[in-house]
Amino acid sequence: MEKVSLRDAYGDTLVELGKEDERIVVLDADLSGSTKTAKFAKAFPERFFNMGIAETNMMNVAAGLAASGKIPFVSTFAIFGTGRAWEAVRQSICYPKLNVKIVCTHGGITVGEDGASHQALEDVANMRNIPNMTVIVPADDVETKQVIRKVAYTDGPFYVRLTREKFPRIFDESYKFEIGKGHVLVEGEDVTIIANGVMTSFALLAAEMLEREGISAEVIHMPTVKPIDKELIVKSVSKTQAVVTAEEHSIIGGLGSAVAEVLVENCPVPMERLGTPDVFGLSGKGWELLHYFRLDENGIIEKVKKVLERKEK
Amino acid sequence: MITFEPQFFTERNREIDDGTLRAIAREVRKDILKMTTNANSGHPGGSMSAADIIVTLYYYKMRHNPENPKWEKRDRFVLSKGHVCPALYSVLARTGYFPIEKLMEFRKLGGMLQGHPSMDTTPGIEISTGSLGHGIGAAVGMAIALKLDKSDSKVYCMVGDGEIQEGSVWEAAMSASHYNLDNLVVIVDNNNLQIDGPVDEVMSIYPTMEKWKAFGWHTIEINGHDFEEIKRALDEADNVKYKPTMILAKTVKGKGVSFMENRAEWHGKALSPEQLKEALKELGEL
Repeated sequence: MEKVSLRDAYGDTLVELGKEDERIVVLDADLSGSTKTAKFAKAFPERFFNMGIAETNMMNVAAGLAASGKIPFVSTFAIFGTGRAWEAVRQSICYPKLNVKIVCTHGGITVGEDGASHQALEDVANMRNIPNMTVIVPADDVETKQVIRKVAYTDGPFYVRLTREKFPRIFDESYKFEIGKGHVLVEGEDVTIIANGVMTSFALLAAEMLEREGISAEVIHMPTVKPIDKELIVKSVSKTQAVVTAEEHSIIGGLGSAVAEVLVENCPVPMERLGTPDVFGLSGKGWELLHYFRLDENGIIEKVKKVLERKEK
Repeated sequence: MITFEPQFFTERNREIDDGTLRAIAREVRKDILKMTTNANSGHPGGSMSAADIIVTLYYYKMRHNPENPKWEKRDRFVLSKGHVCPALYSVLARTGYFPIEKLMEFRKLGGMLQGHPSMDTTPGIEISTGSLGHGIGAAVGMAIALKLDKSDSKVYCMVGDGEIQEGSVWEAAMSASHYNLDNLVVIVDNNNLQIDGPVDEVMSIYPTMEKWKAFGWHTIEINGHDFEEIKRALDEADNVKYKPTMILAKTVKGKGVSFMENRAEWHGKALSPEQLKEALKELGEL
């Protein structure tokens, strides 16, 4: 599969949106080259605001812009946008339900060499716990473009999690992203694999390999972690009676937690969560780190076998 | 009750004498004390120190429209020190944003006046505040938006002196001067008291004027209870170009009631019904 840059897709889409709509403004905290908002800055310097290394103020300023009718996109690395600035996001953006789009790059372990200080393994959890916030984790560039477009023209606060590393392209132009909807990419009978971000591509590989062993896995791509597609989860799990979640995030508070919350209240079945355990990351190459944490097709297959054992008991 | 037609407020720098402003501020102080005692909670001390400035903004200075709170040409007021919202709620009610009876809903379940300002529930609130150090950043965002729209509307923002201990205030201050926001005026309500005691004992913010100056702001120091000085400072800010203005308003916490003045204990505590009676008597009621 061709590897593609989600953050470039973001930067390019911002430029398109800037042409279409005067209300689009972009803020960054001294990382515009990395987050790719520099593309917008170049095209529309008068609507780009570098806020310096001051993420809390950046969120508050974005709130003020939104309260004045602008559509601000706010970008930095995921840990700073969702960690450093968390309480500004809560107080100034989510509480008044303002139309601010927080799009952070460098989510997950694939930040790589910079190590633990820069690897956001908690960002989805941080944003998911704030009322009024919608949380989206796209898988590739095709989806990222659609997500950015969609959130630009949907009222309210959004968090979109992008990455530094390029990921395999899994969608073609026929794909249609919808907020709050999961997508069945492979139909199966024995187990449901629910994934997002880069883990969706690994889930597809895992399903192929499991097929050869006679295990029929259903693969669901779940870009919107909040609000989660409860209906689709319940429907799939009612059939397969076993679930594995896979995310490039801590197993605490992210996609796995969101799915577990649905299951426990609706249709408890054996479930296994794949993500980083409750630890900090470390330096290494992005793809090395994925394999180090078993965040790959092999890790998913291990979890599938474990959950199937529990199911058969 | 001193009332004006809504049209009165739609032009800046209105003809209104200090005696009238003083009389209105006295009513506002009574409201603050009644509201907080009725709620048996809230922040009367800082509301009293801020009252004269908020009254001058809404009755003398700002262009606004109580009948149309979202009026495009309005000047904005952001109460970054959101806990003193009783003063703002009183002024909003008295200028006509909502009925005065609503003040008794302050802090009550189902009421429209939350413990700290909420733009979702209260007409005239520009941005929800309460957690200190955030409102001023939102004010910067509003000032940038007005510049983009080539609007001549202005943004006024009040911060507490304790509040400027928050680092995000200085992030905002830096960004306002970086973007040459001469449409932004920040008023520091310098009553020198915060919850735990005198500001200079808890965590000194001094020298305050020099700090803002160093951040690129035009600075003015005034007595925050002298209407002439408040008016003059607000007018002076109109003529400042390419930089934001900070008005350091020297104020008295609990201003207007002898047993409340300059006492930190009235930061976040309401008067008892007996104390309220005493205080209202001092403020000339009955």
